[in-house]
Amino acid sequence: MTAFLKIQEPGIHSTIQDLGRFGYQDLGVPVSGALDATSFRLANALAGNDEKMAAIEILLQGPTIEVCAETVSIALAGTSTPIEVLGETPRLVPPWQSLMLRRGEVFRIGPVRESVGCYLAIEGGFDLEPILGSLSTYVRAGLGGFNGGRLAQGDELPLRQDSVPERTEVRLAKWPDLAPRERLRVVLGPQLGDFKEDSVETFLNAAYRVSPQADRMGFRLDGPPLSHAGDFNIVSDGIATGAIQVPGSGQPIVLLADRQTTGGYPKIATIISADLPAAGRLKPGDPVRFIAVEVKQAEAIRRKDEEEIMAMIAGIVPARESGNLDLGSLYGSNLVSGVVSSDE
Amino acid sequence: MLSLHERIRAAALPGVVESVPTFRSLLVHYDPLVTSSAALVKAVGDMIEDTGSAPRRARIWRIPVCYAPEFAPDMADVSERSGLSPEQVAECHAATRYHVYMIGFLPGFPYMGDVAPELVLPRRKDPRTRVPAGAIAIATNLTAIYTLESPGGWNLIGATPIRSFDARWTPPALLAPGDGVLFSPITAQEFGEIRAASEAGNYKVVCEDAAP
Repeated sequence: MTAFLKIQEPGIHSTIQDLGRFGYQDLGVPVSGALDATSFRLANALAGNDEKMAAIEILLQGPTIEVCAETVSIALAGTSTPIEVLGETPRLVPPWQSLMLRRGEVFRIGPVRESVGCYLAIEGGFDLEPILGSLSTYVRAGLGGFNGGRLAQGDELPLRQDSVPERTEVRLAKWPDLAPRERLRVVLGPQLGDFKEDSVETFLNAAYRVSPQADRMGFRLDGPPLSHAGDFNIVSDGIATGAIQVPGSGQPIVLLADRQTTGGYPKIATIISADLPAAGRLKPGDPVRFIAVEVKQAEAIRRKDEEEIMAMIAGIVPARESGNLDLGSLYGSNLVSGVVSSDE
Repeated sequence: MLSLHERIRAAALPGVVESVPTFRSLLVHYDPLVTSSAALVKAVGDMIEDTGSAPRRARIWRIPVCYAPEFAPDMADVSERSGLSPEQVAECHAATRYHVYMIGFLPGFPYMGDVAPELVLPRRKDPRTRVPAGAIAIATNLTAIYTLESPGGWNLIGATPIRSFDARWTPPALLAPGDGVLFSPITAQEFGEIRAASEAGNYKVVCEDAAP
């Protein structure tokens, strides 16, 4: 019997992602992958998977899914939204822990809280063919994932395993602080010379907000515009994830997972790799401020950040029986305002 | 740039994820858990000084293009702005052997040059929200193929019936930085025939080796 997850409701923007499609940027293929790689990895760790295994990235509002396998073990990470198991005796299961479900059980992920997105990992992963070495979905080109696009009603996502061994559920003892960082750390440049000198000062002092123009490719910032020293076009060059480019309008654009591989606008700074998951969690309206660090510091911060992630994974403990959660308080909070741009 | 890109790839330095060559710079993506900027500046710097590499062998592709009006929505405009007749625009565009400088913007999208001075025109003032896959376009001193349907602001002067990007291919893009490209004019009827053959997997784009 084939094992799969059936998508009863897809949510707003649910896609299959892994840690990215590397090795083809010289041919113009974007990296894609999880916006919040830390939560993605923790979801996999809780589901007993290798950290690279593809999972479902859920943006803004989660899907409703039916288990069409003997048993599955799932884990949700990157949000405080619980998993809602439907049926005669509905129950809420907190995120950041594993959960075994049986054939016919249906579960739902509500509005994603504390982040724009979260990750649903499943033990054993999906039985899908990688495209160019990755299962990450790049919707703009219809690459990867399940049929190259967002999950849709009726999709049947094939699983590698039809059942999982019975065992004690596990949870994380400590997980990342999901609140927006007071300041995202950046390395200035590489086109610092293309900006007026006071623009760098403006950039580092400004209190920006994520504008509603936000999707997996990146987000525009609302706030004080920056001035170019001359022309705002540069000879196209390569782009790193986290690069902050400034087009003619002067409004900075933070580039994320689905960014293009090259671009022709000057870049005032690049968010350091340790802070990319925090940037990937931001949703329209969230505050954004920056602080400059040197490359050497950025590398040291990333190494320390990795130690903390490994410590979180090492700190996976048996889950206590979860008490009754108060449905009213969980669903009293509003959906985040603003919607991910749909022009993909 | 391209030879440095190849040398970096061949060296397989620990922690180097990949490199991306562009017109006049090369971006090296690296994993800071494995290596450091300082170590790579040294290692790649040594490669820049190593000039003993063999000259690259160039591939020349012959890409069929139909310049007929139904495939060239900006031909009238380009004709007016350049002062050339549509036939002359087509002839002029097909007379140059182009060099693929870099791939970017879209998967497989080749930035090629240089176009003849009479065809050097700015991008459209109002970019299109939808340019079809296969569109042949010019802007500034460059020409390109829209490998996939996408928004775009370049001037569309023709279309090719062949696919130039397919994730199932190895490598997925027909063209690579450093390749040469010649456009072969075809009729609308040939366009249909080649498209059918191409979609059935029965069309092989002509490619020859050329002296570097």
